[in-house]
Amino acid sequence: MTGKSRNHVRSLRHIFGAPLIIALLSLVGLVSALAGDGAADWLSWAALLVPPLAVVWAMRKHRR
Amino acid sequence: MTRGTIRVWYLVHKWTSLICTLFLLMLCVTGLPLIFHDEIDALSGEPDSMAAGGPPSSSDAPGLKSLDALLGTVLANAPGQVPVFMAFDNDTPLMTITTAPQPDSSGADMTIHVLDRATGEVTGRESEEGVMHFLLQLHTDMFMGLPGMLFLGVMGFLFFIALLSGTVLYAPFMRKLDFGTLRVSRSRRLRQIDYHNLLGIVALAWMGVVGLTGVINAAATPLRQMWQMDELAEMTLAYAGQPPLPPSRYGSIDKAMAAVRAARPGNNPQFIAFPGGGFSSKHHYAVFLQGTTKLTEHVLTPALVDGESGVLTDIRQMPWYMVALSYSQPLHFGDYGALPLKILWAILDLFTLYVLWTGLLLWLGKRRAGADAHVREVESGGLVAAAE
Repeated sequence: MTGKSRNHVRSLRHIFGAPLIIALLSLVGLVSALAGDGAADWLSWAALLVPPLAVVWAMRKHRR
Repeated sequence: MTRGTIRVWYLVHKWTSLICTLFLLMLCVTGLPLIFHDEIDALSGEPDSMAAGGPPSSSDAPGLKSLDALLGTVLANAPGQVPVFMAFDNDTPLMTITTAPQPDSSGADMTIHVLDRATGEVTGRESEEGVMHFLLQLHTDMFMGLPGMLFLGVMGFLFFIALLSGTVLYAPFMRKLDFGTLRVSRSRRLRQIDYHNLLGIVALAWMGVVGLTGVINAAATPLRQMWQMDELAEMTLAYAGQPPLPPSRYGSIDKAMAAVRAARPGNNPQFIAFPGGGFSSKHHYAVFLQGTTKLTEHVLTPALVDGESGVLTDIRQMPWYMVALSYSQPLHFGDYGALPLKILWAILDLFTLYVLWTGLLLWLGKRRAGADAHVREVESGGLVAAAE
């Protein structure tokens, strides 16, 4: 990460930073398709694609 | 977070999960094909999903047959039955008329007739059999009616508490780990924990929303009864104490619809409930109007029309708990953003299945270990495995 040792203790902000962004994007995705069609649908699909993409990213970058 | 706090949240997570997991596994498995029920119905040739040309049956476009005439056709072929519902479609001229032996008959005794409002022909009956109907019943109430529905609602609530407690435990577990860490080569248990945590945390918001909206949907019957006893009774106060309107004196539906359209031009009906059932008073046609925008179309507004004279009695917005119920349906079913949204729904449903399954395996693997050992496992980020 930032050159610190792998064992340093993370802050709550660090631990929940990525999960919070993913959760907010999921909520945007859940609501936007309710609000409209067309662009709102695309936004919804893109936002709800983030959770699966995060898993793919972790499987490629963080397996050890 | 102190060891005592972790211990409390660990026990909450363990017990809420253990109680609901079996039922949640069933809900995820049955829910998966239900996401695609429109597509599956279309493939298997259900009459209500076959494309029929013409204006939508919920509109008042010219060329659509009169509702009174359609009802007459259906009743002529259903001797001894009375009408209970009429429901419309926003895409095709197809609609349904539901009949039953009595105005207050239970759902099991009802017959759903499918009609084409453009041609005026009865195209078939909606089948209450088949695999999809079986899955829907299992998913909704496990064939146990209201008690089954409420029971699954409680399971959904426990699932929500399990999500909450799991999120709390995520913090001490990840204290020394980066987001997305997957330790796949050390032990099977460590691999399962890391995947359980990663899939659980990325799907958290979706699982929370689909879980909570499922709980609200499970409470649909008591919520509707509350509305019927409270708001609806208030709207039709002038009729209180009068004997129920017998089906022989039901007036024209077209006249009732015209009165509603005059009061609310632009709003189309989703369905009409006949007097005496669970959705109206004993004297009124209840016309449930959809909103006019995509955001508000799910929220129905009841217009109560005197069932005999066809004169409008009252139109009143739904109370907040019925609005919450209206939005809980699409948000639970995932059917409001075309096929890509359904596919994402299915992926996240599979994530949920995986989280439930690995949770079960993690418990089975070390179920004889004490709570203290599990707390140490959480605290160490999985490095100190729970001892037997």
